[in-house]
Amino acid sequence: MTAEAAEKLPEFFDLDGEFARSNVQEVLDKLDRELVGLAPVKQRIREIAALLLVDKARRTLGLETEPPTLHMSFTGNPGTGKTTVALRMAEILKNLGYIRQGHMVSVTRDDLVGQYIGHTAPKTREVIKKAMGGVLFIDEAYYLYKPENERDYGQEAIEILLQVMENNRDDLVVILAGYANRMEIFFQSNPGFRSRIAHHIDFPDYSEGELLNIAKLMVEKQQYKLTSEAEKVLKDYIPRRMRQPHFANARSVRNAIDRAKLRQANRLFGSKNRTKLTKADLTTIEAEDLLQSRVFNAVNPDK
Amino acid sequence: MHENPRNMTQGQFSFLPPLTDDQIKAQIAYAIKKGFALSVEYTDDPHPRNTYWEMWCQPMFDTKDPAAVMLEVNECRKTWGANHYIKVQAFDNSRWRESVAMSFIVNRPKHEPGLALARTEGPGRTMQYRVHSYATDKPRGERYK
Repeated sequence: MTAEAAEKLPEFFDLDGEFARSNVQEVLDKLDRELVGLAPVKQRIREIAALLLVDKARRTLGLETEPPTLHMSFTGNPGTGKTTVALRMAEILKNLGYIRQGHMVSVTRDDLVGQYIGHTAPKTREVIKKAMGGVLFIDEAYYLYKPENERDYGQEAIEILLQVMENNRDDLVVILAGYANRMEIFFQSNPGFRSRIAHHIDFPDYSEGELLNIAKLMVEKQQYKLTSEAEKVLKDYIPRRMRQPHFANARSVRNAIDRAKLRQANRLFGSKNRTKLTKADLTTIEAEDLLQSRVFNAVNPDK
Repeated sequence: MHENPRNMTQGQFSFLPPLTDDQIKAQIAYAIKKGFALSVEYTDDPHPRNTYWEMWCQPMFDTKDPAAVMLEVNECRKTWGANHYIKVQAFDNSRWRESVAMSFIVNRPKHEPGLALARTEGPGRTMQYRVHSYATDKPRGERYK
């Protein structure tokens, strides 16, 4: 740097002011409000936000900075909020000026891997081009690698991805997501991926209390209300559902609420006063809407 | 009156000095903002009226960032840049327009031999003029070596 340029540099950097300007607090608050639990995830997002701001401060004061690598891997069981957090991540990175557009492109193996020789590369590049300036979210990333078939085209997609993750670091952020144990195998067989990903974030399962809060938030968001009995039933429902096979955290809760809505609609059709329904009738979910669920069927709970 | 340039001119900005990469990016950003579909094309048959060039990749309909188009421009430069012209086109698909809205050259061969004016005598001593590119005297692939 020339002496003249160095003179023009400011002496201070207002970290608070920059933080306020970036609207990150707003996004973090929204994250806290709308996403229940996930303490380690939120902590890591806060750290990333701090890192990017300090990085900006260093750049402003003329210190040497290298743009940090922000490729991430999200591991966790089904329904723990990986996709939702990825969406938020795009928003946060946009506010911090790390990515330019702030959109997220969500893909799976099918979108990246072709069906015949020479099909994969253009397909993968097409997806990468769409995601540029934003976040590329690869759901169930371990399907890209199929060790049992050495001629599988997934390897080609992986190579292109690795190249872009290295050369176009300023242009897009890649987030890989999947279940923890299978992602572990995936990283073991693709060491290039592990070293290019700076942030491995683990999404913990939700506790009973958190799931209940999630259910309440969902109901509220869809403009429904639970009667106090219905709430009690829901509290009873969640641990029962958790013990069942194929439990998918928040997704199972959402499905339960969707089914309750279905039964509510059916109940309204069968009700006597169906010719003069009030707003309250349309928004209330009664205990019986939830009680009909198969998990309360004690005789054969697995059915 | 301006002096006719020695080199091929076509589309936007071709009377200006070559665009820098930042200027190209800014133009692409404008096209994306307008919702145009961008494509990259190349040729070694320079003529101001030769508008149908070879397509480098599929047109990019839903890119959100100039970096994606620059990626293709740079790939195309790597393959054809030494001895071909490369242009970026932006297609506007909105109703009543449905045509190319922007077109500008982003790469020229290292050496351009230029264009000649050829005369053809017609019936009744009428004179017809045509623009002829020295480069096309050689077959494809051997031009601009």
